[in-house]
Amino acid sequence: MSRIEFSDVRHAYPPPPGQAPVYALKEISQVWDDGGAYALLGPSGCGKTTLLNIISGLLTPSEGSILFDDRDVTRLPTLERHIAQVFQFPVVYDTMTVFDNLAFPLRNRGMPETRVTQRVTEIAEMLDLSDRLGQRASGLTSDGKQKISLGRGLVREDVNAILFDEPLTVIDPHLKWQLRSKLKELHQQIGVTMIYVTHDQVEALTFADKVVVMHDGGIVQVGTPIELFSRPRHTFVGYFIGSPGMNVLPCSLDGGQPVFANNLLSSGYPADADLSGKLEIGIRPEFVRFSDDGIPVEIQKVEDLGRYQVVTVRHASSQIKMLVGEDETIPSHNPQISFDPDNLLIYCDDWAVEAEHA
Amino acid sequence: MAIELRNVSLRVGVETHIYETDLSLQPGQFNILLGTTLSGKTSLMRLMAGLEKPTTGELWVNGKEVTGIPVQKRSVAMVYQAFINYPSFSVYDNIASPLKVAGLPKKEIDEKVRQFADVLKLTPMLERLPSELSGGQQQRTALARALVKGAELVLLDEPLANLDYKLREELRDELPRMFADTGATVVYATSEPLEALMLGGYTATLDEGRVVQFGETSTIYRNPESLAGARVFSDPPVNIATIDKRGDNACLSDSVSWKVPQVLAAMPDGRYKIGIRPHHLSPVGSGVEVDGEVQIAEISGSESIVRVIVEGNNWVSEAHGIHAYEVGQKARFFFDSARCLYFDANEMLIHTQG
Repeated sequence: MSRIEFSDVRHAYPPPPGQAPVYALKEISQVWDDGGAYALLGPSGCGKTTLLNIISGLLTPSEGSILFDDRDVTRLPTLERHIAQVFQFPVVYDTMTVFDNLAFPLRNRGMPETRVTQRVTEIAEMLDLSDRLGQRASGLTSDGKQKISLGRGLVREDVNAILFDEPLTVIDPHLKWQLRSKLKELHQQIGVTMIYVTHDQVEALTFADKVVVMHDGGIVQVGTPIELFSRPRHTFVGYFIGSPGMNVLPCSLDGGQPVFANNLLSSGYPADADLSGKLEIGIRPEFVRFSDDGIPVEIQKVEDLGRYQVVTVRHASSQIKMLVGEDETIPSHNPQISFDPDNLLIYCDDWAVEAEHA
Repeated sequence: MAIELRNVSLRVGVETHIYETDLSLQPGQFNILLGTTLSGKTSLMRLMAGLEKPTTGELWVNGKEVTGIPVQKRSVAMVYQAFINYPSFSVYDNIASPLKVAGLPKKEIDEKVRQFADVLKLTPMLERLPSELSGGQQQRTALARALVKGAELVLLDEPLANLDYKLREELRDELPRMFADTGATVVYATSEPLEALMLGGYTATLDEGRVVQFGETSTIYRNPESLAGARVFSDPPVNIATIDKRGDNACLSDSVSWKVPQVLAAMPDGRYKIGIRPHHLSPVGSGVEVDGEVQIAEISGSESIVRVIVEGNNWVSEAHGIHAYEVGQKARFFFDSARCLYFDANEMLIHTQG
């Protein structure tokens, strides 16, 4: 098991002839603590798979270095890095039994058969595969097969880390949560560093202690689920985490307080804030309320989503989404809204302004 | 297009894919088919498209029977989950292809392609090949091709299932608007209740080859006629338990009971089933108190989904805010008994209000 460190890592794929390289990964320096459960979260094309391949050694970065416990492994091939990987689609040997599939990585490394049996039995137990060990893998459903892939990733005890690349894609939606809870439990039991790549916020926030949010080749925030929700460091995090995402509205400052379309707002920021750049406020739909004495709006759309309603309103040229309880009535004339000052954030050039530094 | 299934069924060998079904879609509207995998969504769509001949029954379109008329002769467009584009055609030529087949003049084709590329935000990508697009852009290209034909019946079979959730969120918002002006009757299959609610329109809940209920989406959500309907239209699943009704008390166990509504109090004593929506089972609040053992707490940004075993039942609580629990932790949950759905021995809803 290892602590993994990225030091000034950048990566560009070979550009078409005559063109400048485009960096799929911009400069990244990041420490993955030994035994941590991390999720790499971001939309397709944000660079998360590139990052994963650099950890496993399938890719050598254009610049920078990777350290496992302070040992430079940047040029080390995959085989010597002792990394286990689980991919999107099950990789199993159909003609082998479940037992032999799970035993494969161990026998490959010449582990004595008694120890193999012991270890396979343990892992099968954890994944509820014990009663299928003698069965051929070909007879299993795709989620059964993916469990074998997970098991093969978990079976070796000598790995530095286990990497998961969207491992639940093929799992029936109704079964996903069971495997998610299984993985979380396994992490608690075996304590190995796990890095889990996904574009699904629920998977990321459930599995990980720390979520690494990626955007456009860079890491924009590393935080706990609560931090990502309540204090997004970048407007992208505000947009990407939560459904609907955070409202981001243009603003100016007056005496340190944000002004949105001629409305002076109250916030938790000190009165002496002085900032230059593109200024915006960020307010989650959860923290926008109807009020008697607020900003006048025009209601554009009310969506009944069962447990709550999503109301889209307009003020000046801005569209604002708000969440309203399932039993709450929507005001029919002169609707006005207000923003919860404690949850109102100010962004300067897309980065959150820390209240104490403003 | 007004499309109607009259006593339509579909059997393949010994298996019944669709039981005898009567269904009149809302013309010019979004009609959602909601059900799990294998509930019959795709079979129903293929029947509507004329790709499948019904074993019994008739298909009527605009007051005319069309059973057995092949799909090529009818104004139908279909988009599948695995989006299909011509890999060697540019986005422009992909969108233009059905119009070229129809032999439209070049100028008209150009106008239409540009109009729909604009609606689907594909204008900057018109010269690219599908392989140079993101998944979302590829799916939008497939949608543009379906739209450009101006088909009167558009069948969309889980068209967003393979996309990033943020992109799904945006397209769910855009799709009903895109079709609103075309007058097309849209049939949209999904397995996700939240998607159905976001799309609005009308919904048919499907369960094992049967249409359980059809009507306005939020009405179907709020008033499931049966336990099957409530199950289909709830994700996470609706919490179900058997209660013992004694007089005007509902007893979940010896220690957990509450007063039942008058309608139910007047019914014979015995076993009934209840359904409680996950968001009506809360880790905080008041009402009926139940104790459970937490299996896992999942956090989706702004909400927590807690799986918990209550009196031997697998239940789920979906609560606003962040509620963290350890696996195996004992915890107390609350629900408002007025929110309970009650079902009789045939698992049909007992109407307790109004």
